[in-house]
Amino acid sequence: MKYDVTITIGLKEGMLNPEARAIQHALANLGFPTEDLSTARLYRITLDAADAAAARAEAGQMCERLLANPVIHHYTIEVE
Amino acid sequence: MRFAVVQFGGSNCDRDTHHVLSDVCGVETDLVWYKDGLLRSYDAVVLPGGFSYGDYLRAGAIAARTPIMAELIRHAKSGGLVLGICNGAQIGSEAGLVPGTFTLNAYPKFISRHVHLRVENTTSPFTALYREGEVIRVPIAHAEGRYVAPDEVLARLNREGRVAFRFCDEHGNTTPESNPNGSAENITGVLSEAGNVLAMMPHPERASEPVLGSEDGVKIFNSMIAYIEEHGRRRPTQ
Repeated sequence: MKYDVTITIGLKEGMLNPEARAIQHALANLGFPTEDLSTARLYRITLDAADAAAARAEAGQMCERLLANPVIHHYTIEVE
Repeated sequence: MRFAVVQFGGSNCDRDTHHVLSDVCGVETDLVWYKDGLLRSYDAVVLPGGFSYGDYLRAGAIAARTPIMAELIRHAKSGGLVLGICNGAQIGSEAGLVPGTFTLNAYPKFISRHVHLRVENTTSPFTALYREGEVIRVPIAHAEGRYVAPDEVLARLNREGRVAFRFCDEHGNTTPESNPNGSAENITGVLSEAGNVLAMMPHPERASEPVLGSEDGVKIFNSMIAYIEEHGRRRPTQ
């Protein structure tokens, strides 16, 4: 079965996010004050798997072994 | 004695490092293309600076998953020395050779300038020729060099003497102002558990000849050479 998997990788709670801070600052310069702003990276992956649980497990391995760095990142996985 | 400098696509300090090792320190050194693998046994392997894989995903993340890294990890596990400089430090931390990670600078821009470092450990194979607390001047050149590690890892590094270098001012004070990238506890050089891997963001090869304005970095390479001369390739079991 083909599954569309969406992986979202962001920084763990409390981690400094200099990129988000710079974007927040630039938005403020344009007249968009924001209370909070965070960034995340999103991957859309299509893969073959026996079932949705297997697709999720495969995506989890991708995160653990390459896409995320466990020191600073957390991730979420959606399977359709 | 023989050193290797590994070249990845996007390495750009490989030849500088090779030059310092062969011409300044006088040690036989091979440039090794990562696809060729480690074809022989080496006493020490250096992962040089640069922008392997264009820093895609995270600096060092993709190079850290290339097949040569499995060989490098075997080399390290058998006691061989590994020095990761700048991008090499990022590759080493991504490969799990040292704990923690080097990520985007607190002020998110590329910084290229000389900084002062305080030598925190003088018993490692990389730092034995320094005096304890010695302040050295070495350049940094990175955008992703802020050292981050969980509190318990930092505590352990401190307890086990595995912090090799901290950013400091010219007098050796580790102040927030002398921390150019916001690294945790000003740390910018980390040793592995067995002490035979050093990951550092500053570039000692750019401070190894009088013409470069500082020779403070050459003691790292000379410490490695002296260590290998004294102990042979394998580090005694701890």
